[in-house]
Amino acid sequence: MTATVVSERRETATARTLRFSVPDIRPAVAGQRIDIRLSGDDGYTAQRSYSLSSAAGADPIEITVERFKDGEVSPYLVDDITVGDMLEVRGPIGGWLVWRPEEGARPVQLIAGGSGVAPLMSMLRTREAAGSTTPFRLLYGVTDPDRVYYSDELAHLAEHGVTVDIRYSRRVPEGSALTPRRIGREDLEALTVPASEQPWVFVCGPTGFVEAVSDALLAMGYDEQRIRTERFGPTS
Amino acid sequence: MAIFSPGFRGRRHERNPDLPPGQYEEHGFPVLTAGPTQRVRTDDWKFTLTTETGESKSWSWDDMMALGPETIDTNIHCVTSWSKFGTTWRGVSVDKLLADVDTKAGYVMAGSYGGYTTNLPMADFTGGQAWVAFEFDGAPLAAEHGGPARLLVPHLYFWKSAKWVNSLTLMTHDQAGFWESLGYNMHGDPWLEERYS
Repeated sequence: MTATVVSERRETATARTLRFSVPDIRPAVAGQRIDIRLSGDDGYTAQRSYSLSSAAGADPIEITVERFKDGEVSPYLVDDITVGDMLEVRGPIGGWLVWRPEEGARPVQLIAGGSGVAPLMSMLRTREAAGSTTPFRLLYGVTDPDRVYYSDELAHLAEHGVTVDIRYSRRVPEGSALTPRRIGREDLEALTVPASEQPWVFVCGPTGFVEAVSDALLAMGYDEQRIRTERFGPTS
Repeated sequence: MAIFSPGFRGRRHERNPDLPPGQYEEHGFPVLTAGPTQRVRTDDWKFTLTTETGESKSWSWDDMMALGPETIDTNIHCVTSWSKFGTTWRGVSVDKLLADVDTKAGYVMAGSYGGYTTNLPMADFTGGQAWVAFEFDGAPLAAEHGGPARLLVPHLYFWKSAKWVNSLTLMTHDQAGFWESLGYNMHGDPWLEERYS
């Protein structure tokens, strides 16, 4: 399918959000991803997968791309592609790390590490678009305040019924009483929907983050069948 | 349909003929799993084979090791488009597990600790194409990569190489496993780009 870039927004110094119009695409479920294929003018192609951050069924669709040093595709998507450019997409793909408003009142705990917030943002936007009252809570781990995606929108959501906690592993915002550290069991105990409420838990981020968080959740008594994860190393 | 990305150069000079279409070379070893990592001790590990007539055989960890592991040097290909070259594994060929088994099954469902499943045709499974692997690059296979033992079927996309594998069920008809029932291909040949159904 052909996708056309319809808008772009700088998210952080190393990340950009792109919106695509894809007339033929089937409506996505929150949490799904697409494959993007770039073609050079000599026929060389390169393909990568990106999680959608837009709400379920949204048009245009949206992704946020983090630039990886020495990456092949990500520098092009973050720095070069412009509004009006076209590329090929396939999808939406994936049916596991997904949330649908029809699932009802069971609370949802989102736990993001770095750029892993993207598919979880799709769930937050889907909840909002559907007018759902399902309790949602987001725990978002980043290295420092300059690396936060969707900061204005998260601040808005925090004033409209979603509990949003952002924690920093290297540097906290100026004036903050927080200590820079990785999210550990103490944070999980203080800042997540308790296991006794049997929430869905969606964990997305780098491998080490997801391993540490999901091991801790199991030790805290969360139901393994309701923990859904997506791990990614650098997609260059 | 020709859509070009003006100015996109990519890494065409590094293009390796061993790289299937749509794949790129990854030097790390990314982890993709749908849920928490399973932590299984080899003392508790048990592997079961069930035929299409319901007969079953089991192996303990020591039984499996006693079957005679071999070294496998291979490339691996993940459906999310990374490939990793020159990986070395130790594992037991599934041919050894099937040696004394009377079967006419055309398909097999691999099952894992944690409930993961994946289906494969026997034509892609026997004859030195699949192993129960427990060592990666000279060290015991880490839990996040499927240790203590995972299936290794390197000529198919890597979701077929089930982590934490503990069972094989022989089937007369093909049935969809975990990812296959969520839209992924029943076969999964990277050279044919059989990613999705």
